[in-house]
Amino acid sequence: MLKSKDLLGLQYLSAEEIGEILDGAVETKKFLKGDRKSTDVLKGRTLVTLFYENSTRTRTSFELAGKYLGANEVNISVATSSVQKGETLIDTGETLDSLKIDFIAIRHPMAGAPALLAKHVRASVINGGDGMHEHPTQALLDMFTLKEHFGKIRGLKVAIMGDIKHSRVALSNLFGLRKLGAEVYMYAPGTMIPKDIEKLGAHIARSREEAIEGADAVMGLRIQLERMNGGLFPSLGEYAKYYGVNADCFKYAKPDAIILHPGPVNRGVELTPALIDGNSSYILEQVTNGLAVRMSILKLLAEYREKNL
Amino acid sequence: MKLLIKNGTLVLPEGERKADLLIENGKIVSVADKIDEKCRTLDVSGKYVLPGLIDIHVHLREPGFEGKEDIESGSKAAVKGGFTQICCMPNTNPVCDNAVVAKYILARASEVGLCKVHPIGAITKGEKGETLSDIGKMKSVGVVALSDDGRSVMNSYIMRLAMEYANDFDLKCLCHCEDANLADGGVVNEGYNSTVAGLKGIPRAAEDIMIAREISLSESLGIPVHICHVSTWSGVEIIRSAKARGVKVTAETCPHYFTLTDDIITTYDTFTKVNPPVREQRDVDEIIRGLQDGTIDCIVTDHAPHSLKDKQVEYNSAAFGISGIETSLALGYTYLVKTGKLSISELVALMSGRPAAILGLEGGELKVGASADVTVVDFDKSYVIDGSEFVSKGKNTPFNGYKVNGVVEYTIVDGEIKYSN
Repeated sequence: MLKSKDLLGLQYLSAEEIGEILDGAVETKKFLKGDRKSTDVLKGRTLVTLFYENSTRTRTSFELAGKYLGANEVNISVATSSVQKGETLIDTGETLDSLKIDFIAIRHPMAGAPALLAKHVRASVINGGDGMHEHPTQALLDMFTLKEHFGKIRGLKVAIMGDIKHSRVALSNLFGLRKLGAEVYMYAPGTMIPKDIEKLGAHIARSREEAIEGADAVMGLRIQLERMNGGLFPSLGEYAKYYGVNADCFKYAKPDAIILHPGPVNRGVELTPALIDGNSSYILEQVTNGLAVRMSILKLLAEYREKNL
Repeated sequence: MKLLIKNGTLVLPEGERKADLLIENGKIVSVADKIDEKCRTLDVSGKYVLPGLIDIHVHLREPGFEGKEDIESGSKAAVKGGFTQICCMPNTNPVCDNAVVAKYILARASEVGLCKVHPIGAITKGEKGETLSDIGKMKSVGVVALSDDGRSVMNSYIMRLAMEYANDFDLKCLCHCEDANLADGGVVNEGYNSTVAGLKGIPRAAEDIMIAREISLSESLGIPVHICHVSTWSGVEIIRSAKARGVKVTAETCPHYFTLTDDIITTYDTFTKVNPPVREQRDVDEIIRGLQDGTIDCIVTDHAPHSLKDKQVEYNSAAFGISGIETSLALGYTYLVKTGKLSISELVALMSGRPAAILGLEGGELKVGASADVTVVDFDKSYVIDGSEFVSKGKNTPFNGYKVNGVVEYTIVDGEIKYSN
């Protein structure tokens, strides 16, 4: 049983709650493997996706998760909504609430926006990524992928490589993986390491090899071009050379180590094409798992709503 | 017109004394153990009688942003907070960078007629950091200092010229210290909590570099300078060492910097958003030490009222600022005096005598012959802060729910009771 109506970040969840979501995803993944993907678990419920940033996979994943569970599904594209007319997030939330919806999956460029929305609506708010803060459903699908592959998370060593500072994926993974007992190593240019991250239990490596040595999984993070224009690194070529993950450094990982990436990948920058397309890559499996995890979250939040609201 | 204040504990320049105080025609005419006079009498037994508090850093928002505050509501808030004199920053619309706006503020304040309001002029036209404001003309109508508060004059050469030119008119530059490039759009202190919250941090260095620059300019030119709202432990150290070698630098801090840490930002409560940001325990501790050893000369509020619509938005979009003038004295008493860090006399000096001295304002001491600006406060009385009860239009306080001691009973300006509880 989840302890809150909303899913705002892994820093707010207990290890038990995370475990429950991952266990639930085992069931929903089985269901996804069936040939007719429909059920009426969420029949009569409505999910709105409210995305203030571009997204293909996360948004589609939320939409399909809702549809496969039998929910009504509406997506609000910010470009065509009244946000363009200056409507505040609180007003948008209250309007959606008046439309009697049950779930809002929100993506927003500003940290804390989902928390602000959650305070002002009866609907359950699911954070689909807020600024540099959290992207809990992504981290949960990463953890599900690890658990499915290795049978456990405790004791695994996960190396997260790339723009840690601006990555909500890295932060959510750090919270979640630490809560479930994994070791997290990080490697990035000094310009992309956030202050005091080691106080959250991250090991900041001094080299790619140190980060990857003996790792069970290596996660690449997408590098945003605007970071280069902002002067955080000199060029994509230099980034790929010194900070990208290639076969030479990946061989420091355990022989059965897997490659993860939240996508979309800059081929040849954070990961070499050979790794992306190789046998160790679980990047496409992650996409399927994202669907399973989001279905599990919707089901658990629906249970919470039935019992508590 | 006489007014007798009986049975209070007076905070005099020489120390505390249980005595009576007689006011006549707007002046303090007598301080004695026992005064008997047939006139209006306030029996203030058990309460403290202070020189009227003086805040040299407030935002009154008029002209231009009357939805946030105006000179009338800000003055009401000031006298409720125990302040008899306030100095208002020039970041209005239009900016107070010329004599016309300064005269308008003085005229409005005089119509309102509550506390004394002294305008601060902008250092540069439009606070753009490019060309000097009409400094001489503003001085001639009554501007008491200069500041581009809200930002630093980023061009060090312009800042040098400003300090030299302002000094000709005996005006001090009050420097908001923030390297805009280094702050780079940050909204909270850079540290553990900014990382956890995913909010962009402002490093201490953004403030410290500018504190050091203003001190360097002051030292090399031999011109006094004042540092606004110090928030970093390292800034306190920079100022301390400058003072030790004789630099004519003075400094202020605000109640939120000696009470709060950035632990409060992780709920995204936008009432905690302020510039400079609240920082960490080490900073709070060093700021208190700075207040104790004289490195920091005065406490100001940086009263920054905002309307709710400026705050009920995403943290990044919210306006910076805390509405602080109604809670400053109680926070000072509760966090500095009750905790044994300072005596009442020391707190009062930080909030009255010393700010007056920094800007050369009259007042700041209870003495015979002085203007009768007097604040009567009951430090035994406690209450729970509730921003919705503020008389300021700005209800934006991070101190909602804090229990504090110190209720202002009377605020008297030039012998007239302008506020009574």
